[in-house]
Amino acid sequence: MAEFFAMGGYAAYVWSAYGAAVLMLTGLAVATLAQRRRSRRNLERLQQLRGRRKQV
Amino acid sequence: MHRFANPARFLRLSAALRPWALGVALLTLLAGVWLALFDSPPDYQQGETVRIMYIHVPAAWMAMMVYATMAVASVVGLVWKHVVAELYTKAAAPLGAGFTTLCLVSGSLWGQPMWGTWWVWDARLTSVLILLFIYLGYMVLVTAFDDPQRGLKAGAVLTLVGAVNLPIIKFSVDWWNTLHQPASVIRLGGAALDPSMLWPLLIMAVAFTALFVWLVLLRTETEIAERRIRSLRLATAITAGRDEAPQLEQPIA
Repeated sequence: MAEFFAMGGYAAYVWSAYGAAVLMLTGLAVATLAQRRRSRRNLERLQQLRGRRKQV
Repeated sequence: MHRFANPARFLRLSAALRPWALGVALLTLLAGVWLALFDSPPDYQQGETVRIMYIHVPAAWMAMMVYATMAVASVVGLVWKHVVAELYTKAAAPLGAGFTTLCLVSGSLWGQPMWGTWWVWDARLTSVLILLFIYLGYMVLVTAFDDPQRGLKAGAVLTLVGAVNLPIIKFSVDWWNTLHQPASVIRLGGAALDPSMLWPLLIMAVAFTALFVWLVLLRTETEIAERRIRSLRLATAITAGRDEAPQLEQPIA
């Protein structure tokens, strides 16, 4: 196990590369989902407001 | 092609495709990382650092593929005024920039132990850095106009001009003397990689592609929603006083 994590002495390089991949991919996913949630809420609010106006 | 220009039709198609893309992405990511870290041999020259390849090479392929799809979408958007194609280009750019950054970072982390340097200004590394700058330039330009439609159009033109960089990246290792090695997978005479390394690489490439498809569908849907929000806002601003305008959340970035 310790041998696996040591990566033949290149642990810092190999694990940094995999860490960068995890960071980048989860970062893109989190940003994408957050933007989507915000814009869906905004769209809902606007559509509700329009609905109210039509009733008046 | 025109069938998908209708945003409502695209939204239906996207909602149907998304779960599949996410499923394929998660399965292939698990399998790919397992093969890359546990079930593939160390290289006879590079030792364990070869495992960086399973991140670096798929990221580099994505960096170029995403740009190629943006260039095609830009043509479709400019020529046919295809709404979804225009919004796709905007949705894809940050993802392409992310893959390009990952390619540069992982390449640097591979270069230091194997070449003895984090960075050289050789043709391959420099042309990929330029690709990153084009992505970032696009992202700034497309949001720099008050009228989003003009931003999309300017962005499409930039994308097409920047497409000249793609063959330069691909053939940089043949046209110039580079520290970066020449192509070893996509080349005449087949891959120069042993199947024990080729399979994890191809599975990781599928994983990155599926993840991109999932994300770009979500982001294109968001762009369509933002467009609708804008037109609704304009409509409500005309029919009502400002005090009645709804409180909307501002963009994060």
